[in-house]
Amino acid sequence: MSSIAVSTTINGDDVEYLCQADETLLDVLRNRLGLMGSKEGCGTGDCGACSTIMDGRVVCSCLVLGAEAQGRSIETIEGMANGSELHPLQTKFIEHAALQCGICTPGFLMAAKALLDVNPEPTEEEIRFWLAGNLCRCTGYDKIVRAVQAAAAEMRGEAA
Amino acid sequence: MRYERPETIMDATALLAQASDSAFVLAGGTDLLVKMQNDDFEAELVVDIKSIAGMADVVETDDSFVIGAAVPCAALGEHEALCAAWPGVVEAANLIGSTQIQGRCTVAGNLCNASPAADSVPALVAANAQARIAGPDGIRTVAVEDIPTGPGKTSLAKGEIIEAIVLAKPTDRSGDAYLRFIPRTEMDIAVVGVGVCLALNDDGAVASVRVALGAVGPTVMLCPEAAETLVGTKLEDAALEALAAACSAASTPIDDKRGTVDFRKQVAGVLARRAALIAFERAGGSQ
Ligand SMILES: Cc1cc2nc3c(=O)[nH]c(=O)nc-3n(C[C@H](O)[C@H](O)[C@H](O)COP(=O)(O)OP(=O)(O)OC[C@H]3O[C@@H](n4cnc5c(N)ncnc54)[C@H](O)[C@@H]3O)c2cc1C
Ligand code: FES
Ligand code: FES
Repeated sequence: MSSIAVSTTINGDDVEYLCQADETLLDVLRNRLGLMGSKEGCGTGDCGACSTIMDGRVVCSCLVLGAEAQGRSIETIEGMANGSELHPLQTKFIEHAALQCGICTPGFLMAAKALLDVNPEPTEEEIRFWLAGNLCRCTGYDKIVRAVQAAAAEMRGEAA
Repeated sequence: MRYERPETIMDATALLAQASDSAFVLAGGTDLLVKMQNDDFEAELVVDIKSIAGMADVVETDDSFVIGAAVPCAALGEHEALCAAWPGVVEAANLIGSTQIQGRCTVAGNLCNASPAADSVPALVAANAQARIAGPDGIRTVAVEDIPTGPGKTSLAKGEIIEAIVLAKPTDRSGDAYLRFIPRTEMDIAVVGVGVCLALNDDGAVASVRVALGAVGPTVMLCPEAAETLVGTKLEDAALEALAAACSAASTPIDDKRGTVDFRKQVAGVLARRAALIAFERAGGSQ
């Protein structure tokens, strides 16, 4: 099988890689580019652990071919913090203990970021519906919702 | 497997026409990539249609909305004019999967995957949506209900691609709605789905109506017997009773862990009543 050459943008950097036609973007990120933050929970679009943002929309990278990233802009969890300065969502997840084992966390953070990018003041219901494609077996979701609300408030400049 | 990303619809149909039978169109990939995970699944060729000019656009003309086959369902919900004209279709499309799935899935893919439980399809059928198909012999347009022929099977010939789904601009006094029953509130497959689209006459009675049922037969089906029960009425109780009975009678569902035959038949009637009332209200009707 001949490899496909792909040029794309990941977290603002120009990236080039070779991949197989049937290789998913998730596998490319993890196995070829060493970006291990995106997790594989199911591989079938059900759990959201592999969530990445592609051209502004959050998608399951397990349901995207590596070849489809050509010419697109991809954001992964590795690009969320600004150097050593955590994103408000990351800080609030820690403060609210919104993670235990952490497998689901990168996916939740990317999905929540995509939400706050388009809706800085979501209601609790909007947060819960938006995150319905992200599964967590540890936290019971409540702490995650609180953390997203607190991060949204902080990002709006309100005291949390 | 070979991956191709043609830039014209002609190149795309030619690639598919020349390939073996294991060649697939790739739109949002939310069905196709799940299938590809299966060891028994063989694809020799995948043709990604997202780089074809115009495929990712919703175009509003004087009399219609043309939804390109690569438009993700999330973008339908962001299109104000489409939401105002066809709220039922947009709501149905936006029920598919999660936020992540919405960013990728398409209504044409939902249709071509040919699941009897496909959420957008009953709404499209009720809305009398048309599929514009490009193939090696040119373009043809068919009613959406003529695409699925059985679970996972379509009437598309080798080399044919749905280029766009076309919705006519609705008349003034008309409305549409789609409702589904699932055991959870999100992320589940419809146990029953019902789409209703109706138009009122000057007296505020139903002039014409289309009812489509999902997940209660081998394909999504248009149900003219059910539609007839509403013509000339203002959705009085007796008319709604007749509608529900006709929908239950037309349903030939399977029995599985997600719903028994009796349950699905009854729910088809209940949802049809509720969807009809929503469509009636949207059409500006009052009882
Ligand atoms: C987690 C998850 C949840 C889901 N939830 C729902 C749900 O609630 N309701 C629901 O109805 N579905 C659901 N689905 C199924 C799927 O998301 C939908 O059927 C979706 O609309 C498919 O669109 P797509 O563009 O991703 O199709 P693709 O996967 O790209 O294609 C689907 C099939 O259609 C063919 N095809 C696609 N486009 C064309 C075209 N233009 N011309 C000819 N053939 C074409 C492909 O070759 C393939 O066989 C879910 C899937 C997942 C993974
Ligand atoms: S790994 Fe992609 S959704 Fe679960
Ligand atoms: S923290 Fe363990 S799955 Fe969410």
